[in-house]
Amino acid sequence: MGFRVLQNGEVTLVEVEGQLIVGNRQELKQQVLDRLERGDRKFVIDFANTGYIDSSGLGVLVSLSKKIREQGGELRLSSLNEDLRTLFELTKLDTLFRIADTKEKALEGF
Amino acid sequence: MNRDLVLELPTDVRTIEHAVEYVIGRCPCCAEEARRLDLNFRVGLTEALSNAMLYGNSRDPSKRVLVEIAFLDECIQARVTDQGDGFDPASVPDPTTPENLTKPCGRGLFLMRKLLDEVKYNAQGNQVTLVLKLDSGGMLEGGVQA
Repeated sequence: MGFRVLQNGEVTLVEVEGQLIVGNRQELKQQVLDRLERGDRKFVIDFANTGYIDSSGLGVLVSLSKKIREQGGELRLSSLNEDLRTLFELTKLDTLFRIADTKEKALEGF
Repeated sequence: MNRDLVLELPTDVRTIEHAVEYVIGRCPCCAEEARRLDLNFRVGLTEALSNAMLYGNSRDPSKRVLVEIAFLDECIQARVTDQGDGFDPASVPDPTTPENLTKPCGRGLFLMRKLLDEVKYNAQGNQVTLVLKLDSGGMLEGGVQA
């Protein structure tokens, strides 16, 4: 499990490797907040290599989205597999986030 | 409750993933149930363990979580017991309402209820029994249908 952070122009791309769960969600949160603090405002979190997100992981995404919006920025998500999409739909978080099929599509139009 | 597997876990969230994989790996389910096992049961059990450790045991490393698993013909049962004082599951609000949607907490129990066929707490609220019904008519090794 880990996170790869890349810069794509003005957009900060975070690739989640493995699960996003209670044991590592704080690390993701800190990575994003550090960059928000230094002025980054556009974020994409990509889940192409993620099989599972637990409720703590969902919670940290909600928290980050709120903090980024408060700073005038935007958080988008990308590459959710079928199971992850199910979790987002069940919790209605698919209505809260802009979700793209791929990170390339998420980066477009930012 | 029949017990095919019994695990006693420390209150350490880092043990959850491995424990859930261990249980799923020992489930003699047929291929037709694989997705429900891999999503519904995995999520339900993970959330129950997480709640037991974070809220039930209040992250106290001196407390333990007991996990009892039964593989039955018609269902899989998982019972998770923590050493806390318990809580009232009816007091947990719906996280999907507009006023709660942007809150970071409250989705664990909701997901358990959505994905599992039964979620029953004992009177004290420190023990939950999860049931995943098997629709395929039974569990046989090698994916052979009964």
